[in-house]
Amino acid sequence: MKEKKVMSVAPSAAADTILEARGIAKSFGQLPVLKGIDLALGAGEVVSIIGPSGSGKSTFIRCMNMLERPDAGEIRFRGRRVGARFADNGAEIGQGTLRRHVGMVFQHFNLFPHRTVLQNVTEGPTVVLGQSQKEAEAVAMDYLAQVGLADKRDAWPAQLSGGQKQRVAIARALAMQPDALLLDEVTSALDPELVGEVLGVVRRLADQGMTMAIVTHEISFAAEVSDRVVFMEGGVIAAEGPPQEICREPKHERLKAFLARFNA
Amino acid sequence: MYSWSFFPIFQASDLFLWGLWVTVVYTFGSIVLGLVFGLALCFCRLSGNRVLDWAAQGFQELFRCTPLLVQLLWFYYALPLLLGINIDNHVAAMATLSLYAAAFYAEIFRGGILSIAKGQSEAGAAIGMSKAQIMRRIVLPQASRRMLPAFINQSVIQFKNTSLVSVISVADLAYMASVVNGQTYRPLESYTAVAVLYFVILFPLTRLADYIERRLRVSE
Repeated sequence: MKEKKVMSVAPSAAADTILEARGIAKSFGQLPVLKGIDLALGAGEVVSIIGPSGSGKSTFIRCMNMLERPDAGEIRFRGRRVGARFADNGAEIGQGTLRRHVGMVFQHFNLFPHRTVLQNVTEGPTVVLGQSQKEAEAVAMDYLAQVGLADKRDAWPAQLSGGQKQRVAIARALAMQPDALLLDEVTSALDPELVGEVLGVVRRLADQGMTMAIVTHEISFAAEVSDRVVFMEGGVIAAEGPPQEICREPKHERLKAFLARFNA
Repeated sequence: MYSWSFFPIFQASDLFLWGLWVTVVYTFGSIVLGLVFGLALCFCRLSGNRVLDWAAQGFQELFRCTPLLVQLLWFYYALPLLLGINIDNHVAAMATLSLYAAAFYAEIFRGGILSIAKGQSEAGAAIGMSKAQIMRRIVLPQASRRMLPAFINQSVIQFKNTSLVSVISVADLAYMASVVNGQTYRPLESYTAVAVLYFVILFPLTRLADYIERRLRVSE
């Protein structure tokens, strides 16, 4: 056991840090995917994570709500360490508690096909938060209206377009009234003409002050909505800074090469 | 030329009806017990616990790779010697049929559950649901729709397999055919009547399985 505990606290890790990753490492078999990532998400902050395919962005954001179990390092929610179990345990909070407060939206939507749009959104609040059906429906309708899909409340997921599905998925995450949202390539599975409607919803959330970590390939969108942009490559954070610095005037060589492909 | 006469068969109709009742009771009893035990086996297989997984798999293979007829004989004639107690033929029949059904149902459940995309469980986890809630509210409802045709088909087979209990003197429908044959000396009519009874009950069920399968394919 080492005596000295190295605390790698990212610059913005203040008292109002919502979610923090410290020294996250993860391998799949022999392949190291994450080699020690530190990232803190302050209240109201929007952080975009960009980088080439296979750089570990998605694995990292999945570690942030423990859908992927890190081999090393820790996740902290509001300063409290998240344990390996579902339930809270003394000083550690459980994964269940973490996920109740930190929502996630997936690349492939993952709506529940056996539930209507409204039921998809009320599932979490009723089953996990214990809200009454009536209460949950009122809240759900609010969020469905926010994403412009109030009229689809009784539709089945299979009847929606990709963009509509993703907006329902966002409403489903919001209905839990989370402290932070994790967005994992939420437009990558969409037809190009449907990307705009989803980004519009995310942009509005950013304007409303929602704390978000966004893994994305939409560089100009990232530059526009983020307070901070993180460039990942080869399982490490290779560059990090305000969007202007990272996306418009990159100094890092690999980052330049990466961005050049988008501007071609 | 053989001259058909179903008259003696009609005279024995209450024997057939009693046999049919026994067959139905054994079928439904073993389906219900098989469902419960099969679900338990399936969860053992999926538990991630090696010992439970191996034990359940061993049990399944034992029952899937030996003939039901042999299992019935073994439970009725061999197991009592091993345990030093008498096993009633009705108990042996019901137990064997149920365990046999469980081995096959467990495989249907397992396939159905594994066929549900991982993203579904993750979406449930992401809104804070526990493993049990995810299984009950997200995975099983979707999996059971997919399993339904296979489940009905296996149950049709179960209904027919019940006829084997006649070898340990359980008076089911097939057994009654022998009884009536013994009384009337009309094997052609006796066994034809029994075959028709089986067919009349099972044909609608196989149609139902096909219908559900077609509807599922449309809705997915």
